[in-house]
Amino acid sequence: MSNQVIHALYDDDDTLLAAVKELRANKHHIEEVYSPFPVHGLDKALGLEETRLAIMAFIYGCIGFSVAVAMINFIMIADWPQNIGGKPSFSFLENMPAFVPVMFEMTVFFAAHLMVITFYLRSRLWPFKQAENPNPLTTDDKFLMEISLHDNEKELRTLLKKTGAIEISIPQNTEE
Amino acid sequence: MYTFSHKLRNLAFTFMVIGFIGLVYGFLSAPSTVEEAKAMVATEHYGENHDTDAATHHEDSSHADQTHDNSHQSEGHSESSEQVHDTSHDEHLLHQLQNKPWAALYVAAFFFFMISLGVLAFYAINRAAQAGWSPVLFRVMEGITGYLLPGGIIVIVILALSGLHFNHLFIWMDPEVVAHDKLIAGKTGFLNVPFFLARAIFFLGGWTLYRYFSRKFSLAQDQANDNSNHVKNFRISAGFLVFYIVTESIMSWDWIMSIDPHWFSTLFGWYVFASMFVSGITAIALISIYLKSKGYLEFVNDSHIHDLGKFMFGVSIFWTYLWFSQFMLIWYSNIPEEVTYFITRIEDYNITFFGMVAMNFLFPLLILMNSDYKRTNYFIIMAGIVILLGHYLDVFNMIMPSAVGDQWFIGIPEIGGFLFFLGLFLYIVFTELTKAPLLAKGDPYMGESERFHY
Repeated sequence: MSNQVIHALYDDDDTLLAAVKELRANKHHIEEVYSPFPVHGLDKALGLEETRLAIMAFIYGCIGFSVAVAMINFIMIADWPQNIGGKPSFSFLENMPAFVPVMFEMTVFFAAHLMVITFYLRSRLWPFKQAENPNPLTTDDKFLMEISLHDNEKELRTLLKKTGAIEISIPQNTEE
Repeated sequence: MYTFSHKLRNLAFTFMVIGFIGLVYGFLSAPSTVEEAKAMVATEHYGENHDTDAATHHEDSSHADQTHDNSHQSEGHSESSEQVHDTSHDEHLLHQLQNKPWAALYVAAFFFFMISLGVLAFYAINRAAQAGWSPVLFRVMEGITGYLLPGGIIVIVILALSGLHFNHLFIWMDPEVVAHDKLIAGKTGFLNVPFFLARAIFFLGGWTLYRYFSRKFSLAQDQANDNSNHVKNFRISAGFLVFYIVTESIMSWDWIMSIDPHWFSTLFGWYVFASMFVSGITAIALISIYLKSKGYLEFVNDSHIHDLGKFMFGVSIFWTYLWFSQFMLIWYSNIPEEVTYFITRIEDYNITFFGMVAMNFLFPLLILMNSDYKRTNYFIIMAGIVILLGHYLDVFNMIMPSAVGDQWFIGIPEIGGFLFFLGLFLYIVFTELTKAPLLAKGDPYMGESERFHY
């Protein structure tokens, strides 16, 4: 009984946002919201924790920078010393200006790619993964809110109706 | 309506008076004969300057050695007709020392003028893009662009005085130099005093005209029942931006790059633009935060400050990108007539040249990277002050090396010039702010701007 949920479908993101605030004000626990696009301010309304992705991006950028420095030092200075711009100093620091574009690009490359991969893993998304989406309409133009149910179906139904839900349903859990 | 507080007015006047005294001291202490100039340098060499000079030379000696000979050859080339090298060298020194107070005046005058021109460009972009977040800041921007005309007139007067040979800031204005210099002689079609001044007046006239009409339409929109003034403002802003980017580019060649008439960089216009743009945005942020702290601008929330912070961060990086692009290409190709520009800066201006990069790039990068910091007034003010001083140094590095050579010092005339124009800038900007309500209430995007949140 405890993992039973109620689904409310909305057709407008502003209505949804107002509904989320209303429900949380009434101390209901919103399990999840499915939306076809990111709704501005929804994360704050849901009271979600701030993402730590930005910190990871910084760390990935630092890794990319270090890899670039090590790589370019090995390629251009250590393994096969190059005469750069007619200045055969064979020193990393003195040739550094020529390496800055490489360092910059590698920093961006590492930060961007590893951040996307982290985001996918954190969202439990990988190739051939079956969609967890309860209603395919939320990939089109509808929004779905999932609220946990604790023997308060009637109360929730009236509340959801009041907030402008266009359809309210309780999915039958067949597995349990 | 904003009322100019007495405290701030007094502060502005104090800056102006102190700055004026500093500038006058600078002009009075400049040498008038070769003997005086030599005496000044002799005492200086045994003074405190010696240590830092030695240190910077030591740092760079390894880097600059190979290219040093090249640079001397190319410099010698232009002066090769002169037989008596010693006396010409002493005269050169005299000119440099005589230029010093003028250059201090010019750097500061241009820097504060540049802030208001940068704000004008930012304002026009917001108008032309019909930005929804910024209309609450329009009156602050209009206040800052109030300095455009007086500041521009001062800069043009200094340029005109150079044209009348009161100083040697622009060596191509000296017919003696041009006669012995094939490279400059080839440029006289563009670089001659009457055309130069006519261009300057034309540019300032165009900018001022846009500013005048845009302000007029903006004030008229407050009382209007329809959007016609807003639409007119949109149209002239789009037109102005085209005019601006062409004239700003030519202005930067004229007013700054022509100080080194042998050297040229094709991205110089962009480089100066980035500098004025970031200084302008920083000035908007600082003045908005100041006004807010005094109880005005209650409709400006931390999301607006956040957006200004993002612009400060982003344009700082854009500036660095241009700074580095200019540096790296010239460093890499190592063509003597180009690379002298950076050799003088790295040898004689090491602290200001690299210090500026730290102030304009590293500091804003690390401080403003965090999203929460951009919403905190304290961080914006701290980063803003460093950015503004950094871009003052940027202008300093663009003008001083060719004007005064290795005789530079950030002393009484330089600080005086900075304070004088800071005072004038504050006085004019805050006077302009009192002239209209701080909320441009007729703007059709005002509602969106006031509700703006992140």
